[in-house]
Amino acid sequence: MSLVEALRVSVTALATHKLRSLLTVLGIVIGISSVVSLMSIGQGSQERVLSRITAMGTNLLYVRPGASSEGRVRGAQGGAASLTLEDATALADPVNVPSVAAVAPQVQTFAQVVAAGQNVNTQIIGVTPDYQYVRNSPVADGDFISDRDVEARSMVVVLGATVADNLFQGGSPLGESVKINNRQFRVVGVLKRMGGTGFGLQDDVVLAPITTVQSRIMAQRTAQGGRTVSSINVQLAKGAKTEQATGEIAAILRQRHRLTGSDDFTITSQEETIAAQKEVTGTFTTFLGIIAGISLLVAGIGIMNIMLVSVAERTREIGIRKAVGAKRRDILMQFLMEATVLSLFGGGVGLLGGWGVSRFISGRTFSGQVLYTVVPPHILILAVAVAVATGLFFGIYPAARAARLNPIAALRYE
Amino acid sequence: MITFSNVVKVYKMGSIEVPVLRGVSCTISKGEMVAIMGPSGSGKSTLMNIMGCLDQPTSGTYQLEGQEITRLKDDDLAGIRNKKIGFVFQTFNLLPWASALGNVELPLIYGGGVQRRRRALEALERVGVAHRARHRPSEISGGEQQRVAIARALVNNPSLILADEPTGNLDSRSSEEIVAIFRGLNREEGITIVLVTHERSIAENARRILHFRDGLFEGEEVMA
Repeated sequence: MSLVEALRVSVTALATHKLRSLLTVLGIVIGISSVVSLMSIGQGSQERVLSRITAMGTNLLYVRPGASSEGRVRGAQGGAASLTLEDATALADPVNVPSVAAVAPQVQTFAQVVAAGQNVNTQIIGVTPDYQYVRNSPVADGDFISDRDVEARSMVVVLGATVADNLFQGGSPLGESVKINNRQFRVVGVLKRMGGTGFGLQDDVVLAPITTVQSRIMAQRTAQGGRTVSSINVQLAKGAKTEQATGEIAAILRQRHRLTGSDDFTITSQEETIAAQKEVTGTFTTFLGIIAGISLLVAGIGIMNIMLVSVAERTREIGIRKAVGAKRRDILMQFLMEATVLSLFGGGVGLLGGWGVSRFISGRTFSGQVLYTVVPPHILILAVAVAVATGLFFGIYPAARAARLNPIAALRYE
Repeated sequence: MITFSNVVKVYKMGSIEVPVLRGVSCTISKGEMVAIMGPSGSGKSTLMNIMGCLDQPTSGTYQLEGQEITRLKDDDLAGIRNKKIGFVFQTFNLLPWASALGNVELPLIYGGGVQRRRRALEALERVGVAHRARHRPSEISGGEQQRVAIARALVNNPSLILADEPTGNLDSRSSEEIVAIFRGLNREEGITIVLVTHERSIAENARRILHFRDGLFEGEEVMA
């Protein structure tokens, strides 16, 4: 019996028992749908996080202060007031650090921002002009903070899109004034909308010249009396190696801080951040995959169960087929083909279902979390392969049982 | 055509061995029509199963058209059933969900035959139920179902047809028609026919009646 013949025989047999076939397929459909939709959520969140990280600019190193210490008690990482604007200037010098393309120091704090009867509590970031390139935050309207603003400690701000919306309710904030810590600032620009919320996105933010924030809003100084910065964003030159740049930066800072023992700063690369995030979302995706896998397992047991019933119910049919000349292999092939057809069909429908579900939930909010889904092509192939493998694996025992039936006993079976 | 020599079949029921055939020897020639009669439990069905290559003897030898059957494997037996033997059962044994045509095509699926539809239709015509080709077994009478079963037995042009109580579930008129078909196949096409029956009137259509009792042949009658 050829494969085509086996296919015809099994399709006929399946079509004869429509309801039973349908119920069997349902398990596979649900299993594959959940695999596809859950994996797409995992994949979606991973791509989302990665795109957010790269949206903050590419090829970055972050230099942060180390932990502060009081005697022998270590404080939190980043708590020390060890980095200064002068450190940033030193890092920007291509003679000192050839691997560096641009440097953007920043300070940040939270403050109440008031304008036109509205007020919001938001993050105030003190920046230099290079911030817009390094952190990929161009203005949509007006101007960014200029070098002159930084030198003169001008009382100007650039608003993030969300802050502008909240304070000015759709009106143009350019030229208006806002109050931060009871001081008047003039709005010179509005940042381009980044979209989304949370993790490093810059819509809910107010930017001001770094010198202004240091002197008018914050007042933290180093032991040596310099103005501190919260962190220094360093963009690497094209083709520069992360390890080399890290080494160069560390050397300069150790020299400037006159360090002999442990460093009072840490350098993190964007690659490390991405790798860490990938690990988190990878675990998440695997976890979702396992849950979906369990439903596939249940579907497989369903196939096996129904096929065993089917073999028992069709004992007489198997006897008749054997009596007219069906070999063991023919019977085995017929039942395996039935399992394959069922699971292939179920896999296909499940794929469409899962894709539909993932399209439906993408961009919707579930308990305060916006879900984004991505169905990567390899999941499609994987899902169908898994469906067929499930069908074959759980179909082989019933099929072998059918093939082994004694024709005489099978013919006598009532 | 068929040569049984000293065929023994013993079934094991737990630790007890039940001898069903106790050294059967017989010869059936090509083109013969033979009836086998005997009370139930005499071992007729076991004899038919071995003759039909559905079962193997415990000892002794069975030659079908000169070929030794006793040493063959399951799949070889399946091939012989497909090519050389046609079965007709008391309970018809048709697939309930398939049409008459589909049922008759069944042996051709496993025999790798070409032009299956045409050959199946021809077989249905030979037994006079071509007009029922599209009907399922449940939609036609018992006599017609048995004709479909005979068509299935015929479709691969076997040299031997084994009929186990083929009229056992039929009324007397249908029974006569079915027996007439067997006689026609035997006389006109020279197909060897072995018929197991309880009914003397059916058995008398054969040239020879073999009497079977307690696992042995105990005599034969040759019809005039």
